[in-house]
Amino acid sequence: MNAHVEAPRAPSRAAGGEVLLRVDDVSLSFGGVKAIRGVSFDILKGEIRAIIGPNGAGKTSMLNVINGFYHPQEGTITFKGSVRSDMRPYEAASQGISRTFQNVALFRGMTTLDNIMSGRSLKMHRNFLWQLLYYGPARQEEIANRRKVEEIIDFLEIPQIRNTPVGRLPYGLQKRVELGRALAMEPELLLLDEPMAGMNLEEKEDMSRFILDVNQYFGTTIALIEHDMGVVMDLSDRVLVLDYGQKIADGTPDEVKADQDVIDAYLGVAH
Amino acid sequence: MDLLYDILIDPFVQMFAAPDFLLQVLWEGFVAGTLYALLALGFVLIFKASGVFNFAQGIMVVFAALSLVGLHALGVPAYLALVLALAIMGVLAISVERVVLRHLVNQPDIILFMATIGITYFLIGLGEFVFGGEPKSMITEELGLPTGSTDIEIFGGLLIMQHIDIAAAVIAALLVGGLAFFFSVTRIGRALRAVADDHQAALSVGISLNQIWVIVWFAAGIVALATGIMWGARSDVSFALQIIALKALPVLVLGGFTSVPGAIIGGLIIGFGEKLFEIYWGGLIGGGIESWFAFVIALIFLLFRPQGLFGEKIIERI
Repeated sequence: MNAHVEAPRAPSRAAGGEVLLRVDDVSLSFGGVKAIRGVSFDILKGEIRAIIGPNGAGKTSMLNVINGFYHPQEGTITFKGSVRSDMRPYEAASQGISRTFQNVALFRGMTTLDNIMSGRSLKMHRNFLWQLLYYGPARQEEIANRRKVEEIIDFLEIPQIRNTPVGRLPYGLQKRVELGRALAMEPELLLLDEPMAGMNLEEKEDMSRFILDVNQYFGTTIALIEHDMGVVMDLSDRVLVLDYGQKIADGTPDEVKADQDVIDAYLGVAH
Repeated sequence: MDLLYDILIDPFVQMFAAPDFLLQVLWEGFVAGTLYALLALGFVLIFKASGVFNFAQGIMVVFAALSLVGLHALGVPAYLALVLALAIMGVLAISVERVVLRHLVNQPDIILFMATIGITYFLIGLGEFVFGGEPKSMITEELGLPTGSTDIEIFGGLLIMQHIDIAAAVIAALLVGGLAFFFSVTRIGRALRAVADDHQAALSVGISLNQIWVIVWFAAGIVALATGIMWGARSDVSFALQIIALKALPVLVLGGFTSVPGAIIGGLIIGFGEKLFEIYWGGLIGGGIESWFAFVIALIFLLFRPQGLFGEKIIERI
């Protein structure tokens, strides 16, 4: 079932065409398995970029390369104009890349508030000793960041679960908290790995609305993996299609929809 | 029937007949319990942050105490030696992260566990090389710890409390309270709990695993030093302590490997239980209960409540 999004799509912010992230000829393999083979694409500042493809196409591997979990054997990644070599997740995060996971990866024992606060880790600089004292600057810093987190909680409409341990929340809300944690990092590039997997129609509509709002009001660039074609076509400015680790199409939703290779990949024509 | 009487009735008769002695036993149990709790706390800190049972915690206790005593023997004033011993534990934490843990990221837990066994034997060797293998006595008085004892008249008898034991309990309480506060309200505490829950997610929000590891190993080192001083003051500082440290295992089974309150309660239960059974039931089977009692309790817990008193229940969807 497709979630239908009512909000009229604003003209793309990406029209200006400044490249935020460029992936050049990246290949990644695990032992003999080639997960990604020579893929190149770019993400423009302010756009919503979808990555689609059948299972095992290398979509999640691509996100993992972008946020530093995997290091590609070949190819380069340019973020904000500088080419990076083996970047660790910590560095990717501090340069403004945040993400969510396919299977919700929250800190299950912690409350919604603490989960989202953990997204502020990089915004808090008081050192070990100040924190040991938990006094003065460290305390003010904690309060300032807490305020920011409350704004996010309001934005995502989840004040009622502020103090609930996330392990107890229904799946749809967990996904929302995870989005909140990623937003708390005030990212320039937000990677969403199947933000609507396992959701019902209503939850999908909510999530679609949040994604559009994040993009429009905060101007955050978003790359998302999603299987629901209705959602992908409604939300995204441009769509990248992967199959067996290779790029088979790249363009606007309408272009991609009409592409013969894409139709073949989804219908399973013999290779 | 005699046997049933000896097991079920007689011990309680004895307890009521000499309540002052019972209090003394309970006090001893409490003191032993706080030491077990401190020991277990060191394990819990590292287990929470890295999912690894740190076999080296015992030798860290010995090494910390030896550094303190050894430095003092070289003529360093006691308090300066204390600070330097803390610094040594800090250097140890950084080295363990740089040399061992950093290279073993994403390896199975068993490999990390083996690595901690490696660290153990390295520290035993280093400790014997630098400080020699013979037992040393703790510099209790030089550190300003009380050494006398107080006799309290109660129930027509005497309750004897060693001052060093009271100091041990107070210091343990302060240490545990401080750590609990630190880990519940600060950013680093939140980061530690985040790492404990999900490594990948923690990395994705920009938490540096390396930094967290150094901090928890240092915290475990501080706990080790406190444990070493207290235990050393009761007996002496020797490598045998390292084996006694394994008593923390049943405490952890009881309290749950990831729970700080669990470590405390588990430690106290083992401490009380051990002393009570040794004194009142030990005679029935010839004594010597203390060495194995804790492990039997742990075994029973494993059968009926494997996650421990405070551990998270392990439910996996299949």
